[in-house]
Amino acid sequence: MARPKTLYEKIWEAHVVRERPGEPSLIYIDRHLIHEGTSPQAFAGLKAAGRKVRRPDLTFAVMDHSVPTKDRNLPLADSIAAAQFEALDRNCHETGVTLFNMFSHNQGIVHVIGPELGITQPGQTIVCGDSHTSTHGAFGTLAFGIGTSEVEHVLATQTLSQFKSPAMAVRVEGRRPEGVTAKDVILAIIGRIGIGGGTGHVIEYTGSAIRELSMEGRMTVCNMTIEGGARAGMVAPDEATFAYLEGRPFVPRGKDYQAAVDYWKTLVTDAGAKYDREVVLNAPEIAPQVTWGTNPGMVTDVTGRVPDPHSFTNPVDRKAAEAALRYMGLEPGTPIENIAVDRVFIGSCTNSRLEDLRLAARLVEGKRVSTSLKQALVVPGSMIVKSQAEQEGLDKIFRAAGFEWRDAGCSMCIGMNADVLPSGERSASTSNRNFEGRQGKGGRTHLVSPMMAAAAAIEGHFVDVRKWSGVQ
Amino acid sequence: MQPFTKHKGVVAPLDRVNVDTDQMVPKQFLKALTREGFGRTLFYDWRYLPGEKPNPDFVLNYPRYQGASILVARANFGCGSSREHAPWALGDYGFRALIAPSYADIFYNNCFKNGILPVTLNDAEVDEIFRRTGSEVGYELAVDLEAQTVNDESGLKLSFTVDPFRRECLLHGWDDIGLTLRHADQIAAYERSHEPRAILYGEVDASVLATPRD
Repeated sequence: MARPKTLYEKIWEAHVVRERPGEPSLIYIDRHLIHEGTSPQAFAGLKAAGRKVRRPDLTFAVMDHSVPTKDRNLPLADSIAAAQFEALDRNCHETGVTLFNMFSHNQGIVHVIGPELGITQPGQTIVCGDSHTSTHGAFGTLAFGIGTSEVEHVLATQTLSQFKSPAMAVRVEGRRPEGVTAKDVILAIIGRIGIGGGTGHVIEYTGSAIRELSMEGRMTVCNMTIEGGARAGMVAPDEATFAYLEGRPFVPRGKDYQAAVDYWKTLVTDAGAKYDREVVLNAPEIAPQVTWGTNPGMVTDVTGRVPDPHSFTNPVDRKAAEAALRYMGLEPGTPIENIAVDRVFIGSCTNSRLEDLRLAARLVEGKRVSTSLKQALVVPGSMIVKSQAEQEGLDKIFRAAGFEWRDAGCSMCIGMNADVLPSGERSASTSNRNFEGRQGKGGRTHLVSPMMAAAAAIEGHFVDVRKWSGVQ
Repeated sequence: MQPFTKHKGVVAPLDRVNVDTDQMVPKQFLKALTREGFGRTLFYDWRYLPGEKPNPDFVLNYPRYQGASILVARANFGCGSSREHAPWALGDYGFRALIAPSYADIFYNNCFKNGILPVTLNDAEVDEIFRRTGSEVGYELAVDLEAQTVNDESGLKLSFTVDPFRRECLLHGWDDIGLTLRHADQIAAYERSHEPRAILYGEVDASVLATPRD
């Protein structure tokens, strides 16, 4: 019998173009996603070297990082961003790459539209000049972020030189309590392994709590894999995956679909296959999570307190905690629930899909955002998500509660458009990074789930959604 | 790409763990169309006061570290965003080599594509370099990629390892797209042999969804 293999090994082996001892392997790339932010230099390099895009048919482009989330029918106020949009438009037109521009009905955050359009399918290798490419691993793909030089490499060759990584299993078992979402699961995982804990590894998420997640939930988990240092995270495809994909625009139909599903069903880790590392978490023990510091590993339960830097034994960690509390304007020992927020952002490639918006809308229905809030913003992950949400009336619920309802894009997760967290202000954000200045210079970000963000918007401070009176 | 063989230069210390690429180049500078000129933006929010006045409290602005070309840092250096603007900025500022106990994967990879050598040493060795950098003004290190050594003039002799293939590419400054294109026949063979599995590799007809170009 053949040696048992992990899911990662199976996908890896199916994509090896060339292997030599002591050298990185040449790996074929099935789907290359690009956006305006990290591609212009790659196209320029290609042109300067007189090279062509090898497979424009396997390359998809979208405008997402800097797009405005309102007034798209007006001229762009940001002329520098406009030049980048023009460059992407020109580059795609010249090379035959499909582009979803800012006026496309399919426009949205690259990691939302890939799965939504069925561009993302199990067993593929997918890369993009964006670290959150790990999102697509939710479908049983090997998907990871690359730099611009590698974007150019993939454009020119449809391959990448890669070393095979060790495989790490993160197993989450048991039932998630009510009010604990996929976001809390991944924040708890990062809290456990640390933000460098996965470095050099490819993670496979397993266990009953992962199996029970919807595709949206699995995307949230895989999305933040990079925040634990691992480049790629994946979940083996199953009936939920097939049901999600069936009928999507780029998914094969009829007999081809059946053949695809037959293949996808082989994409599981064999019994007896060995992971290089394994971490186990118990879902029933996971509480809603809130970050208190300046990286996603600085996280605690909503029932917890801001830690005392002196509680860290390692002097480097103590210093980091001190710097984080100084930046965040927080005192050690402050109960998390006493932290008041100025702005709430529901969006980003982590939490902007229909399920996320439904969860948040359910909590704010019939209520009003706290008068202490300066802004409550909902930015759907794609224009398709936006229109689906509107068909369900979610936009009306959010607007009635005092939220702004915008067009799709990366928005306040990265603050490259006008949606910026002002200096000194504090946000409850469903995004993925609480780094200094991430949402705006001097802005103070607390990462939470959509439910936690919604409840914080109503109360003006963090509350434990498991016990919140606002939950019916 | 600029090759890296040997380099000797002043060391600057950045005594912070988990320095992310958002700090190296903040988002507002990601709208550029070229790779040049990012040195000005390096560590922008830490390095400048309003009006782009140098912040005297930021270590790279200390007079003693002017002209530094080797940066010693803490664990998980370069975590977060994949932005290659980070090594572009480090290189344009003048850094040729980095020394840290560990690096984030994407950033580490991006350094090699830009002629910057990220040297990995253990915690105790990095601590010692921090100590020496702090106690001696103008402290210099010599980094030799061929010999895989880091030495100073006061007897410090450390060795490091880099994957042999990456080392070779960096020593010669090879264009890695050019290297891969030497195997174009194998790429074509792979595409042919996998064509039957059209589910994965076949041509994708995007015409139904494409937005007409205005």
